[in-house]
Amino acid sequence: MARNVSTGRKLITTVVAWTIGILIFFPILWTFLTSFKTEAQAIASPPVFLFFDWTTENYSEVQSRSDYLKHFMNSVVVSFGSTLLGLLIAIPSAWAMAFSPTKRTKDVLMWMLSTKMMPPVGVLVPMYLIFRNWGLLDTRTGLVIVLTLINLPIIIWMLYTYFKEIPGEILEAARMDGASLSKEIIYVLTPMAIPGIASTLLLNIILAWNEAFWTLNLSAAKAAPLTAFIASYSSPEGLFYAKLSAASTMAIAPILILGWFSQKQLVRGLTFGAVK
Amino acid sequence: MGSITLKNVSKVFGAHAVIPSIDLDITDGEFVVFVGPSGCGKSTLLRLIAGLEDVSDGEIVIDGRNATELPPAKRGLSMVFQSYALYPHMSVRSNIAFPLKMAGEDKATIDKKVEDAARVLNLTDYLDRKPRQLSGGQRQRVAIGRAIVRQPEAFLFDEPLSNLDAALRVNMRLEISQLHQQLKTTMVYVTHDQVEAMTMADKIVVLNRGRIEQVGSPLDLYRRPDNLFVAGFIGSPKMNFVTGAPAAAHQAHTIGIRPEHIALSKDQGTWRGTVGVAEHLGSDTFLHVNADGIGTLTARVGGDFAVTHGDQVYLTPDTERLHRFDEKGMAIR
Repeated sequence: MARNVSTGRKLITTVVAWTIGILIFFPILWTFLTSFKTEAQAIASPPVFLFFDWTTENYSEVQSRSDYLKHFMNSVVVSFGSTLLGLLIAIPSAWAMAFSPTKRTKDVLMWMLSTKMMPPVGVLVPMYLIFRNWGLLDTRTGLVIVLTLINLPIIIWMLYTYFKEIPGEILEAARMDGASLSKEIIYVLTPMAIPGIASTLLLNIILAWNEAFWTLNLSAAKAAPLTAFIASYSSPEGLFYAKLSAASTMAIAPILILGWFSQKQLVRGLTFGAVK
Repeated sequence: MGSITLKNVSKVFGAHAVIPSIDLDITDGEFVVFVGPSGCGKSTLLRLIAGLEDVSDGEIVIDGRNATELPPAKRGLSMVFQSYALYPHMSVRSNIAFPLKMAGEDKATIDKKVEDAARVLNLTDYLDRKPRQLSGGQRQRVAIGRAIVRQPEAFLFDEPLSNLDAALRVNMRLEISQLHQQLKTTMVYVTHDQVEAMTMADKIVVLNRGRIEQVGSPLDLYRRPDNLFVAGFIGSPKMNFVTGAPAAAHQAHTIGIRPEHIALSKDQGTWRGTVGVAEHLGSDTFLHVNADGIGTLTARVGGDFAVTHGDQVYLTPDTERLHRFDEKGMAIR
């Protein structure tokens, strides 16, 4: 049954929704606009909004000063690598917890989530020392490992939720049909969980792409991803706002485009099972 | 071939014994039906045979081989589930081929066997469809197809018809019976519906609270129930039970009389009563009669017997077909 919504209420909802939407989007829009200003206009007071001399000078400046492509490739390797490695570990883990739970399963899930509640800076020193001793500092491998570890709880939780929606009888049928555990996961479970796995993959690529704390602290030049590329333009003395904005725009553009094209899959995955 | 023997099999979940201890012999080629009310342990028993649950104690012997510790796939059994449990992302062809693929058969053999199974089950035109594009009956047939391609020692059916509508259920019942005659493979079938049990089984196993109440052919159970539970469970409408003076007259604690073994008359008879509800089925009429000093009795009469609510009638039980039970509910013979 459709609910009767008065025009007045609809108007209020629309205005509120747009206001929230614009508030969230505004910083990104402002960064984008600033990236086309001169440094002087970027810090002008009162700020100029649209009527300034558009210039692409910042972009060429940024490109000539630092190698965008290198950082971009590092970001791609680190975010895709850590997500794929995470999925490889998380699929069997989530399978075990969803389909053969024990008394402790809920506790284990809670414990994994609890690691996300701890401030990362609390373990920065031991992590740094471990990375130094193992020669992982400023390597892509090191960053892939650390991002896998910090995102693993989220990947497992998401997959666990999706797997719980799959009827157990279908997996039992596969067992009766002679499928071994690995074949059951490869031929039956994984294809059925594709929407869930896809949205987990997308969300984690975004999380890994944007992760700044560990990538900044554990990389220097060689393995530095785009987060480090942006950070290199934030200087305490200012007058780099326009270049910083240009760098930020270049760094977030790829992930924004990926998010835009996959939003349907993302939303579908995140509401998976909510509506039958 | 497909003989199955259960020796002292029990299943305990936590502190609750779902199946205290069961011994049962299923001979090769038999159609055995496990029947009982919900929660009686019939599905659990089937899952124990399938290997989807581990036994707590006892031994399961399949085809002369101790299968107690074997994984499901190694027991040589096929199972058809209540929800059909088809693989939703695979076509009908891949669904049926799945067990053969898992067994590592070559592609040509798989194709041939799938085509054969599809022909037997009238699925040839649907081989390239996905399960969601099929009706309930067709899905059920795919599930059966997936079960037969492997040529198992025995088939296990877990309430396979309960998701179908009434008309289709009657058809599928017939199809499964025909399949059994054709394949002559052992079938173990679980249902809560005593009509399915009566019409399909060579042997019925009546279960109640995890225990076997009686094992026998459908007519055995109908004619010679061992106890009150079986007497009440087998037969439709249910057997009437009478206690007190009328039972004592037959040297029993309880007497049981089936609705079809009560003669009705408007003039004279053993018990007098008033018609409560008359259910006209056309061929038959079920009368629920409030008999004086006894309670409500159900009687089955021909469709032409004209009575309505409030009419006075006389009922005469056929004493030859009376069932007598002692205080413990066991049959007196």
